Amino acid sequence: MAETHAAPISPQWSPRARHGAVVASIFVWYAVYSQLPSVSEWIVSLLPVNRQSHAGEALAFFFYDVPKVLLLLTLIVFAMGVLRSYFSAEKTRAVLSGRREGIGNAMAAGLGVLTPFCSCSAVPLFIGFVSAGVPLGVTFSFLIAAPMVNEVALVLLVGLVGWQVAVTYLVFGLGIAMAAGYVISRLRLEGWLQEWVRNIHVGSAIPPGPDEEALGLADRYRMGIEAVREIFAKVWIWIILGIAMGALIHGFVPEELMVRITGADAWWSVPAAVVIGIPMYTNAAGVIPIVEALIGKGAALGTVLAFMMSVIALSLPEMIILRQVLTLRLIAVFIGVVGCGILMVGYLFNLLF
Amino acid sequence: MKTIKVYGPGCKRCEATAELVRETAQSLAIEVDVEKVTDPHAIALAGVMSTPGITIDGKLVHAGGLPDVAKLASWLKA
Repeated sequence: MAETHAAPISPQWSPRARHGAVVASIFVWYAVYSQLPSVSEWIVSLLPVNRQSHAGEALAFFFYDVPKVLLLLTLIVFAMGVLRSYFSAEKTRAVLSGRREGIGNAMAAGLGVLTPFCSCSAVPLFIGFVSAGVPLGVTFSFLIAAPMVNEVALVLLVGLVGWQVAVTYLVFGLGIAMAAGYVISRLRLEGWLQEWVRNIHVGSAIPPGPDEEALGLADRYRMGIEAVREIFAKVWIWIILGIAMGALIHGFVPEELMVRITGADAWWSVPAAVVIGIPMYTNAAGVIPIVEALIGKGAALGTVLAFMMSVIALSLPEMIILRQVLTLRLIAVFIGVVGCGILMVGYLFNLLF
Repeated sequence: MKTIKVYGPGCKRCEATAELVRETAQSLAIEVDVEKVTDPHAIALAGVMSTPGITIDGKLVHAGGLPDVAKLASWLKA
């Protein structure tokens, strides 16, 4: 291979051109978004089904909600990508190290939402936190909030269910992350970490993270676009499957059935929702369209909320990843404490609404 | 010859990062040996908290997300 390739450097835009492109994209976005209802009705009218039939209902739901959710997701994920570029795991660790429980748990839950996080690096992050003197319970608050309160869940809730439920989810998701982390702090379970982790904890010789990279606004835009690309690669199939599933429920499932199974009167419905949610492996994108359809069919809000939180916050793959640093006993406590928090939220909402 | 390690559990982004390092080095005609480290213990002990992380001759230069090509080039040339 004698020939050398040209350096793979992206076209260099001036900062002003970049700002202009972002502003122009937002206008285009708005124009498309505002025309969506009429375009989707038009598409459904072209299909050989009666708009008033079950199938017509299901199709109208599908053709309106899929593009709506994708559009909302693009905007919010980009904005969150730019916002997250101001945060990093290293900075968050510096803020949290040596924090007392209580205030530390609250800060960790908030930072869990804002710090870039991928569950694939949960183990290195856990080690990085604990070895730098972030208390175990505070680390847990971060690890609970990070996957549970995420922009994909919030966008889907706002887009499909309503902003009130989205705000409720945000507030109680953060609340559970803080409270569960606090409880784990008080239980003093440091001895239940895997042995190799406890050894690191004592004499930590881990090098600090890389020097901070200087980022211009152009870099931050790039990170926003990167975030959009990555989220889309990961969730588009779940969104389409989830909304298709929701559309079927909308069109075909009889209402009385849902009320009987998931209504507020059945006391066992909340724990059942939590237990069923744990092994279910999907993400917010797959579960929320189903949740929306269930609410539409008369399912109780608390039960549905508990189901959603359990699916998103307690996932089997994440437990398997954490098994490398936590003993089984500690994982059981973790599931138990978070599960209890979700149960309480579920019952509370069934009582209130 | 520079020794480069890309730390990550094997997610798509880590693969893409390793590939990007190879391509960039090739375009700069810098000889590199790229090794992927997927063991979570080793990742944690290298000081990488968000993956993918990159070390060049033992020095951690980047952690978290796909690196910027221009910056990657400057690290490789340094």
